[in-house]
Amino acid sequence: MLGEGIAKGLVETARNFFGSYVSKDRLTTVQYPEERLPQIEATRDFPFLVYDGDDWQAGMRCVACQICEKECPPKCIYIEKSKDKKPDALGKPQFYPAVFNIDISVCMSCQICVEVCPFEAIKMDTEFELSTDNRFSGLLWNKEKLSKSNEHYNKIHPTEAAEVDARLAEDKAKAEAKAKAASESKPTPPTSAPAPTGAVHG
Amino acid sequence: MGETADQIFVILQHWIVAHAPGILQPILAPLLGVIAIIGVFALLFAVTTVLERKGLGRIQNRYGPNRVGPFGLLQPIADGIKSVTKEDIVPQAADKVVHLLAPVSLVLAAFSLFAVLPVGRNMVLANLDAGVVFFFAVSSVTEITIFMAGWSSRNKYSLLGAMRAIAQMVSYEVPLILASVTVIMATGSLSTVAIVEKQAGYTGIFPHWFVFTPWGFAGFILYMIAATAESNRSPFDLPEGESEIIAGYFVEYSGFKFALFFLGEYLGMFAISGLGITLFLGGWSAPFSFLTWVPSYLWFVGKLLFLIVMFIWVRGTLPRLRMDQLMNFAWKFMLPMALINLITVGIWHFMQQGILRWLICSVIVIASYVLLGRGLTQGWKLEKRIYRFAE
Amino acid sequence: MLFTTFAILTVAGAVAAMSFRNLVHSVLALIAAFAGLAAIYLQLGAQFIGLAQVLVYIGAVAILIVFAILLTRDKKVAQQTVSFSSWKLNGVVALAVFAVIAWAIFQSPTLQHEILPEPQVSMQQVGNALMLRYALPLEIIGLLLTAALIGAVTIAISEKYEKHERRERE
Repeated sequence: MLGEGIAKGLVETARNFFGSYVSKDRLTTVQYPEERLPQIEATRDFPFLVYDGDDWQAGMRCVACQICEKECPPKCIYIEKSKDKKPDALGKPQFYPAVFNIDISVCMSCQICVEVCPFEAIKMDTEFELSTDNRFSGLLWNKEKLSKSNEHYNKIHPTEAAEVDARLAEDKAKAEAKAKAASESKPTPPTSAPAPTGAVHG
Repeated sequence: MGETADQIFVILQHWIVAHAPGILQPILAPLLGVIAIIGVFALLFAVTTVLERKGLGRIQNRYGPNRVGPFGLLQPIADGIKSVTKEDIVPQAADKVVHLLAPVSLVLAAFSLFAVLPVGRNMVLANLDAGVVFFFAVSSVTEITIFMAGWSSRNKYSLLGAMRAIAQMVSYEVPLILASVTVIMATGSLSTVAIVEKQAGYTGIFPHWFVFTPWGFAGFILYMIAATAESNRSPFDLPEGESEIIAGYFVEYSGFKFALFFLGEYLGMFAISGLGITLFLGGWSAPFSFLTWVPSYLWFVGKLLFLIVMFIWVRGTLPRLRMDQLMNFAWKFMLPMALINLITVGIWHFMQQGILRWLICSVIVIASYVLLGRGLTQGWKLEKRIYRFAE
Repeated sequence: MLFTTFAILTVAGAVAAMSFRNLVHSVLALIAAFAGLAAIYLQLGAQFIGLAQVLVYIGAVAILIVFAILLTRDKKVAQQTVSFSSWKLNGVVALAVFAVIAWAIFQSPTLQHEILPEPQVSMQQVGNALMLRYALPLEIIGLLLTAALIGAVTIAISEKYEKHERRERE
């Protein structure tokens, strides 16, 4: 009969109206600055450099291998290798980046740098409220701004970080076992081994 | 005490006139009424805008505006400041005089519609003998102002919107007036005051409102549908379809003139609802005889708010009608229904009171509704579309 | 005083309607003239005629004129107001006609009698007269209007069917 559909529609709308005062799924607005939607764990926004321990310069995992710089599609990473080396987590002396800049306004969060990094040094952050009033350099982040601790990494991506930590710990254990086996297999300490004089390749 | 509360504004008016200097006295009484009407209905306009936005928001599962005051209730102030401070852009090729005149005359015509509505007992600005005819005469001036708005912008799309608007308003005026004629026939008078007084009695606790009779109910539904079309409101807002021709005939208006158009449209909506209340819902009379202690103007405003809520509810529910669907509905369904309603009123008037006339009139109204509904929906089979110009 | 204002409005509207270049401006001036006439009717106490003037002339006839202009417009717009080169002679003729009509009115016997009190014709009396005494003319006018309506619809429909048939044949 004419008008039946209209009546049904009116009932549905009234149900929506009154329901929006009582139930949450009839009022799905999230009022942004005061409330935020929870982010899922695999959220990725912009990269950050992971460091272990307290000192961000000493504990930085990045060894300036420049693989991420070469693989980055929009070429937003700029790395300058340092002249000297510092010991990394496994004790081996490694280079470190003297300059590590990422241009956030260019980065497209594709995560390729994370996928290719062999040292688990660069990971994706989850922060998106990054507006700045400095048009030219506000979105060009340097090494210091990019470094965040491993605790932070554990907080934002717990399962991933746990896996990474497990793998690194395993590697470290294997390296220590190898070093111990190497030091045990040699009966005498190698005192007469010729020490290379300052020729550091880098 | 109840009497004083009911007549408080009349008493106030008499007091002010009595204490005014002699020269001003003849014009002071109507002038006070005019100021009161402008003040009250402009305030109601502000309240309606925020009510509509919040109501539509809740219907659509979201909050409405909720930043400006507590629960967003001071939003009209923000809107008013915005529309006053916006730049008034007039297109270079536009007709400047007509461009300015259109919103002004719309608001003038819309305000003068309130002169014949009895807002409370003894509270009508102009007790004309032919109040209803005056109302319809002035509302046809509104159509001319819409044409002026559409034409003066020198814009094909706004002209098209104006043409559609006029066609729609002219075709829906016919069922509107025919539905009102049934009430006039039942009352025997064209004066709005007489119509309300005829409905102010009670049998037992039930009122004598015309909407509680079979022909009155059909007439009320017809009247409200035609009123929705006359005010260009959803689902009949094709001329100002926001998603099609942006704002149709007032697309070239900005700033204060746009606000005036908005005001004029909403005032037209209030006025036509006010007339509907006067004709069918008993004007200022209370719904039950034990509620007559509430002042009469409060009942009028309450009924007006109820009708506004109905408008907002329908707007949030129904999609927009296409032009040919609109026209079909007006001429093929509403006009025959209104004519049959006229016959029903005649039968009602000449039969004696009792259950028999209720039965016969209800049967006529329901049967004609079902048959006409079937006739209207029969033509809705989907068939291959014929393009007039594209082949 | 009130009559003078309305009379000036009516005459000014009519003159403007004739002299504007733009057709739509002339229609608007014509509407002003209609409004002035309605005000005069209302001032004379003829409520029905006054309100019917607004309802019918402004609400329907003016809209009809507007539609007719807009649907049959040609591209050219008049560049100057209509002016005649022989306006002096025309003015003399017009004045002469006016003088003759005015003389005829002043000579008529109606004006010689004393002014009767104006008849109070209420809407109810108009309605009664239409339904009882003048029922036959009312029905004939209704028939005429129906014939006009059906004729308009017939012309519009046959156009649509012609085009449809032509396309079917192709």
